[in-house]
Amino acid sequence: MKRIEAVIKPFKLDDVKEALSSIGVQGMTVTEVKGFGRQKGHKEIYRGAEYLVDFLPKIKMEMVVPAEIVEQVIEKIISAARTGTIGDGKIFVTPVEGIVRIRTGERDLDAI
Amino acid sequence: MNPADNAWVLASSALVLLMTPGLAMFYGGLTRSKNVLSTMMHSFFLMGLATAIWFVYGFTLSFGQDAFGGLIGGFQHFGLSGVGGAPWPDQTIPGATFMIFQCMFAIITPALISGAFAERMKFSSFIVFMALWMTFVYCPVAHWVWGPGGWLARIGALDFAGGTVVHINSGVAALACALVIGKRKGYGMLPMIPHNVTLTLLGAGLLWFGWFGFNAGSALKASETATMAFVVTHMSAAMGALAWVFAEWGLKGRPTTLGAASGAIAGLATITPASGFVGPGSAIIIGLIAGVVCYLAVLAKATLGYDDALDVVGIHGVGGVLGTLAIGFFASKAFGGADGLFFGSAAQLGPQVIAVLATTIYSLVVTLIILYIVKAAMGLRVTDEEEETGVDTSAHGETAYNL
Repeated sequence: MKRIEAVIKPFKLDDVKEALSSIGVQGMTVTEVKGFGRQKGHKEIYRGAEYLVDFLPKIKMEMVVPAEIVEQVIEKIISAARTGTIGDGKIFVTPVEGIVRIRTGERDLDAI
Repeated sequence: MNPADNAWVLASSALVLLMTPGLAMFYGGLTRSKNVLSTMMHSFFLMGLATAIWFVYGFTLSFGQDAFGGLIGGFQHFGLSGVGGAPWPDQTIPGATFMIFQCMFAIITPALISGAFAERMKFSSFIVFMALWMTFVYCPVAHWVWGPGGWLARIGALDFAGGTVVHINSGVAALACALVIGKRKGYGMLPMIPHNVTLTLLGAGLLWFGWFGFNAGSALKASETATMAFVVTHMSAAMGALAWVFAEWGLKGRPTTLGAASGAIAGLATITPASGFVGPGSAIIIGLIAGVVCYLAVLAKATLGYDDALDVVGIHGVGGVLGTLAIGFFASKAFGGADGLFFGSAAQLGPQVIAVLATTIYSLVVTLIILYIVKAAMGLRVTDEEEETGVDTSAHGETAYNL
């Protein structure tokens, strides 16, 4: 089992969700986050005063999937979230030791 | 008593009252989210405090019979005695109508100042400062210009709806406050970005709406003068918005919504003193000048280095001066008052300059004295920790947005 965490551009959320549903990913958790990488920030002007806003709004999506479909998931996220411009985001993959479904007590792959 | 006049001035009073919550939104949106309630509270609380003072002695100090050389009114209307349904002298509306209309001006003027010390003033000190300021600055200056026997009115200075009393007065007091209370912690280092510009735009809309009562109501009649004041108020607001947006687009590369809102308010503040004396053509020019000059004045703040948090000086102070002087150039007897320079007479310029200087100097000096007294007695600022936490929580025990 692997946990996939993808930070993407907010307007790409629906495309990525659709793409992942099509290969059978059944659930995910989405958070509105702020951050910066190579894209850096942007300039805002209020009554002539300029501010450099470092942190840009992004969406962080998290899901846990069986190890064998990790590559497929990554490909789907890339194809749906990529615009080719700087700031498209990143995908992180980490191992997961265990999962429990609270309602039934099912464990691991049964609980995904 | 003329029922139509009475109806219009009562309706105008309600319009002017609405400007104060409008101002609370205009200012509230410009602060950081941890200080929005404390900022709106300044305006809202003054609807209570200023009214109480107005009832007890504010009205009589401003509009009572002259007690001392045109400087201050006497006490004959203490507690509003003798202010009722009977027509006010030289007017067609009841004394109580005139009183409540003027009460709304006495609320919004101190509320305007609060933009200068937003996000850092101690609330108890705010109350004491405002009570003293109403007593020793607002009431005398209102008497000078509008009260019976006021000295500025006697020398022929014209101020239709409050360029001196309201806008110069509050703008200059705001400068004194910004200087004495000092900058917000981290000013110039931390980004201090408006937390909700939509709230500010809605507030600007309410101000624009209420300003029709402010200016056209100041005719104190449902007359031709009221109509023309209404028209020129709108023209100037519209041109102020356009001018500010194009000026900033040219200079900084972006036409901003905050610029449109600020420009409209600059146009409104500037036309205020002139609104009963100029025609629509002049109002267009006055509005355009207001938008550009007030924008440049706000830009200059960064160079001058004081933290007038919400730009009271640049918009109301500068706008009030511009408008009061504009009377000397643009006034025309065809609309009321006197002829200005562009209509054949230089005579009106002198009294207008005196009105600007007298209001500026008096407001600056007395506001500074009041500030230093309050500072020595109880301090002006919240503690560093309270400021860091946000005044909403530390002073009022509330959070604006609980999501």
